[in-house]
Amino acid sequence: MRFAFGFAGAIAALLCTAILPAEAGQGDTLKAIRERGEVLCGAHPGRYGFAAPDDKGRWSGFEVDLCRALGAAIFGSGEKVRFVALSSQQRFPAIQAGEVDVLARNTTATLTRDTALGLNFSPPVFYTGLGFMVRKDAGVKTVEDLNGATICMAPGSTTEQAVARLFTQHGLKYTPIVIENNKELASAYVAGRCDALAKDRDALPGVRMYDAPQPEEHVILEGTFSKEPLALAVRHGDDQWYDIVKWVMYGLMEAEENKVSQANVDEMTKSKDPYVQDLLGVTGDYGPKLGLDKKWLYWVVKSVGNYGDIYERHFGDKTKLPLPRGHNKLWTEGGLLYGLPVK
Amino acid sequence: MANTLQPLVSGRRNALDWWLRERVWPSPFHILLSFATLALVVPICVKIANWAIFDAVFVSTGPESCRDAVGACWAVIAEKHRVILFGLYPFDEQWRPTLAVAIYLITVIVTLTPRFWSLRLLVPLWTIAVFVIGALMYGGIGPLRIVPTTEWGGLALTMIMFSGTVILGFPIAVLLALGRRSHLALLRSVSVVLIETLRGVPLITILFVAVNVFPLFLPAGTNVDKLLRVTIGIAIFFACYQAETIRGGLQAVPEGQYEAAKALGLRYWQMTGRIILPQALRIAFPAIMNHVIAAMKNTSFVMIIGLFDILTATTAVMQDPVWRKYYVEAYTFAGFVYFAFGFALSIYARLMERRMNKGYVS
Repeated sequence: MRFAFGFAGAIAALLCTAILPAEAGQGDTLKAIRERGEVLCGAHPGRYGFAAPDDKGRWSGFEVDLCRALGAAIFGSGEKVRFVALSSQQRFPAIQAGEVDVLARNTTATLTRDTALGLNFSPPVFYTGLGFMVRKDAGVKTVEDLNGATICMAPGSTTEQAVARLFTQHGLKYTPIVIENNKELASAYVAGRCDALAKDRDALPGVRMYDAPQPEEHVILEGTFSKEPLALAVRHGDDQWYDIVKWVMYGLMEAEENKVSQANVDEMTKSKDPYVQDLLGVTGDYGPKLGLDKKWLYWVVKSVGNYGDIYERHFGDKTKLPLPRGHNKLWTEGGLLYGLPVK
Repeated sequence: MANTLQPLVSGRRNALDWWLRERVWPSPFHILLSFATLALVVPICVKIANWAIFDAVFVSTGPESCRDAVGACWAVIAEKHRVILFGLYPFDEQWRPTLAVAIYLITVIVTLTPRFWSLRLLVPLWTIAVFVIGALMYGGIGPLRIVPTTEWGGLALTMIMFSGTVILGFPIAVLLALGRRSHLALLRSVSVVLIETLRGVPLITILFVAVNVFPLFLPAGTNVDKLLRVTIGIAIFFACYQAETIRGGLQAVPEGQYEAAKALGLRYWQMTGRIILPQALRIAFPAIMNHVIAAMKNTSFVMIIGLFDILTATTAVMQDPVWRKYYVEAYTFAGFVYFAFGFALSIYARLMERRMNKGYVS
């Protein structure tokens, strides 16, 4: 089964690189989206918090809302988006073949993907990376304290490589226990089969909260130990569409930085601040430069909110998976989100 | 075992006495064996029953309802069944797939009933059913709003793919089987190459090609519906296996039947349609049904390409961190749905075999 999987994936990948399809032409994507009446967004088939159907079968999640923001920028409504669930093997062929307009599917931006796979990446929208969870009574404070530990992780994952690299760098020893199934991986750690659980940092609070019978007995180590910047991706060739995706993402960050939120967006149109007026399309014509309506960012914020609103909705304290913002704070608050000026 | 023939003596008591003597304790060793089996099976059954029924929580009052449950948490089904059964289909429109599945089941039941076996009835029936189900699912007619196939899901999607596979695949299978036995060299080689190539690759590969590779050959912008591509892919895969089964049946038809048919002056299609195929299909029937049941279960492979059939929907909805502890219950439910259909097909297959074997000495 695994062999068949790998084999098929290899053939598909080979064919994809061998016959890279005709690149999208300038402006074609936006035109096609307008004719179709909706944005086609490649989404994860089920990762809670990022993209998953809710109890009513409606797509919901952080990346889902980023796609809805694109729909809002073009059509003025976050509902004008159709989601296409893509497996991880399927995501790149799907964007290359034009089956989806944009990929918002837990994808780390890397050089190979940017070049050989023919993609253009939006600015990173979510910074994550390797994290560790340990039992509180073990007294582990830093990675050095993990010397000689047994560590549970998923096989063949970037986690596995990152752990190996981290421990070599520090000259430390560890025993890996690799478990494929996510649920079993969490259970193995909770049952005490290993000293630490290594996983993408954003997934650890969920394990602590719902898989561990006594959440207060576990701690997540300070720090992120590898770089996994998640970004949206579009095809090479259509710079206009790439610009739209890029600037909608910057727009979300700029709205937050200038305190324009879903709750106050209508009041803010009366703001005296000329930059806020530009953002919301009261003055200036930045939308038309992108091929969009003058009030493009107003519709985005009105439909899905600013970056902070979206984050709060899916990872905030009131959600099932509260996740401290960490690197995903604005640069003004010590994070890495740095929106370029909408000018 | 001594005499296993049932005595002709009538009467309940005697029959029971015979059954016990012959089937339960014909010898001390058998008594031991019977008890050993019981000792093995009973505790397992008790455990399962305790887990599934006596210690289980059935009613959901929110995520807290299963906190203290020792047994199964069926509350998760109450909570999530809509997504498992309907996938991403818009919540307010879910009466449409419900109705579609009902119409589908009625059509299938009618089709499987021998009394209604006539092309004059079945062809119009299926034409209407396909049209009505398509209209219900897709919409765009009257007040029904359009629901694109990317939002189809759950049981309705599984059934559409399964029926599509059998309806498209079976005729292709018959043609391939006949082609492989044809005297025309070209036709025979094409059939052989097709069957052997597609049988030689895993279904996953075919799905990958249908979903990922095929669109690359199309001019940019043209898009054949993914569901259609996948269904055709599974149908061709099904046809190649089924073709070999049918060929087995064709080979088992005695040469004399062919000669007799020719001697009567029947043309090729008359001979095939009226003499050879009916016998071949009857002979191959158990194996044919085997593949049909496998085809039903094979639809779950679409999980890897992101179509929301029952299994994908279950997996996706069980990502909810509050409920994900109860994934065993959710998969058990999905498994039960497959079992219900698979078992119904098996029972039907057995009934049909009994019916077809009337008048034949096997």
